[in-house]
Amino acid sequence: MSAAHEDLLTVILGIGGVLVFASAVGWLLARLYSPEGESAAIENLNDRIRAWWLMVLALALAFLGGRAGVIVLFAICAFAALREFMTLTNAGRADHRSLIAAFFIVLPVQFYLVWIGWYGLFAIFIPVWVFLLLPIVSVLAGETRNYLVRIAEMQWALMICVFCVSHVPALLELRIPGYDGRNVLLIAWLVIVVQLSDVLQYVWGKLIGRRKLAPRLSPSKTVEGLAGGALSASLIGTALWWMTPFRPLEAWGMSLMITALGCAGGLVMSAIKRDKGVKDWGHTIAGHGGFIDRLDSVVFAAPIFFHVTRYFWNIG
Amino acid sequence: MRKGLARICGRIITFFARAVTAVQPVWQGVDPDQNRQRIYFANHASHGDFILIWAVLPPRAQRETRPVAGTDYWQSGRLRRFIGSEVFDALLIARKGDGPPGAAIGQMVGALDEGASLILFPEGTRNQTDAALLPFRGGLYHLAWARPQVDLVPVWIENLNRVLPKGAVIPVPLMCKTIFGEALRLAPDEDKDTFLARSRAALLALRPGRDDKAEVAA
Repeated sequence: MSAAHEDLLTVILGIGGVLVFASAVGWLLARLYSPEGESAAIENLNDRIRAWWLMVLALALAFLGGRAGVIVLFAICAFAALREFMTLTNAGRADHRSLIAAFFIVLPVQFYLVWIGWYGLFAIFIPVWVFLLLPIVSVLAGETRNYLVRIAEMQWALMICVFCVSHVPALLELRIPGYDGRNVLLIAWLVIVVQLSDVLQYVWGKLIGRRKLAPRLSPSKTVEGLAGGALSASLIGTALWWMTPFRPLEAWGMSLMITALGCAGGLVMSAIKRDKGVKDWGHTIAGHGGFIDRLDSVVFAAPIFFHVTRYFWNIG
Repeated sequence: MRKGLARICGRIITFFARAVTAVQPVWQGVDPDQNRQRIYFANHASHGDFILIWAVLPPRAQRETRPVAGTDYWQSGRLRRFIGSEVFDALLIARKGDGPPGAAIGQMVGALDEGASLILFPEGTRNQTDAALLPFRGGLYHLAWARPQVDLVPVWIENLNRVLPKGAVIPVPLMCKTIFGEALRLAPDEDKDTFLARSRAALLALRPGRDDKAEVAA
C-alpha cells in the first residue's frame, strides 16, 4: 500500500471518528431534549448527521476508486446541482434544445476534459465556447421574451454547477513536485476544510452568535459564527497540512482563503434563493435541502483554490 | 415470468422518472398511508404524467391504483401495449367519439367496483397551450355521480410540462413535484357545471405560485 493510500485511509477513519462522535452527541441531545421528536432543531441536526454519513461514504468510495471515482462523483453532483438551478430559471419551452445541450453535451464534455487532462480547453470551454454557442441554440427558437434573462441564467447555472464544480476533480491534474500520486488528498483537504467551516460556523453561531451578518440574506449567519467557524476550520486545515503540498503556514493562509470564499459563496447562493422565493435549492438531501445547499461553499472555493495552487505550486 | 418482467420494467421506469425529475410528493390534504379508494385527478401535460403520481404512492396503493389512459396511444405498438397494460395495469378507454357514449364511464365504474383507485386527467387531452389548465370534460362528474362514496383527490403536477414540452422527445432534467390536495366529493344537488368548476378550482389552487413560495431562506 502506498503512502498516499495510507494517508487517505487515516483521513477517512478520522472523519468516521468525528461522525461517530457527532452521532453520539446527536443521540444524547435527542434523548435528553427531544425524546418524542418535539425539537425541530435537534431533529434537523440528526437528519444532517445521518446525511453526512451518506455523503462521507460516497466521498470515501470515490477517493478509493481513484481518478475515475472522483470524476464520476463530481459529475453526478454537477448534474444534480444543474437540475436544481435550471428548475428555478426562466428557461422554458423555447430553450428546450439549449437545456438538452447543457445537460447531455456540455456537462459530460466538461468532465471528459478533466478526464483527459486537456487544461487549455477545460478552462475556456464553458466561459467562451458555451457562452457564445448556447445563446445561438436558444435564439433559433425565435422566442424573444425574456431572452437576455433566459440565456444569462442558463450561463450562470452552467458556470456555477458545471464549470466551478469541475474544478474539484481538476485538482487531480495538477503536477506538483514531491506530491506525485497524492492529489486526491488535496481534494479531501479542500472538502474537509470548507465543509468543516460550514459546520463550525453553524455550531459557533448556535453557541455564541449575536450579531447577524446579513439578516436579509441569511438569518442564521452571524458574525461570531463566521469568525469562529473560519478560524477553527483554518486551524484544523493547518493541522492537516501533511495532506497538502503546503507548509503549515501556507496551509493556514489557504484555509483562510477557502473558508472566506466558502462563506461568501453561501451568501451569494442565498441571495439567489431569496430572489427566486425558495428556502432550499431542493429536497434530495434530508436535513440539508438540495445538492447546491451543500455544495455552495465548495463551488466558490474550488476554482480559486485551483488557480492559486496551480500558479504557485504547479510545474506546468 | 411476464409478471416479473413487468415489475422490473415498472422499477426501471420509475427509476428514470426519479433520475430526471427527483419527483417530490407534497401531501397537503390527504394522508398517503391511509388506504382508501380514491380517484386522483390531475393536470395533463405529457404522457409521463401518471408515472409521477404512481411513483410517489406507497407500494400498496401502487398495486391498487390504475391510470386511465387513451386506447389510441397505449395500444399502438407492442412496447406501449406492454407498458400500458402490464406494467401499469392501465384502464384503457376509447376516446370521445370512438365508442358508444357512456362506455368509458362504465369501464371506470367497473374498475372502481373491483376496488381499484384511478388516476384520471379530466381535461381529456394533453394541455399543449399556455393556459395552466384546460376546461374539464364531464367524465369526473359522471364518475362522482355514479360512485359518490369515492374520494376525489386533486393532484397538481408541477414542472413536468417544462421537462417534456410539446413536441419534445428528450426530457430535460428539472425538479418536479406532485401536490396532493384535500379530497372532495359531489355535494347533494350540485349540478354538473358547478361541480366541474369547483373541482377545477381545487386543482388550480394547488399550483405553487412564485409569490406564496416565499419563505425565510435558511
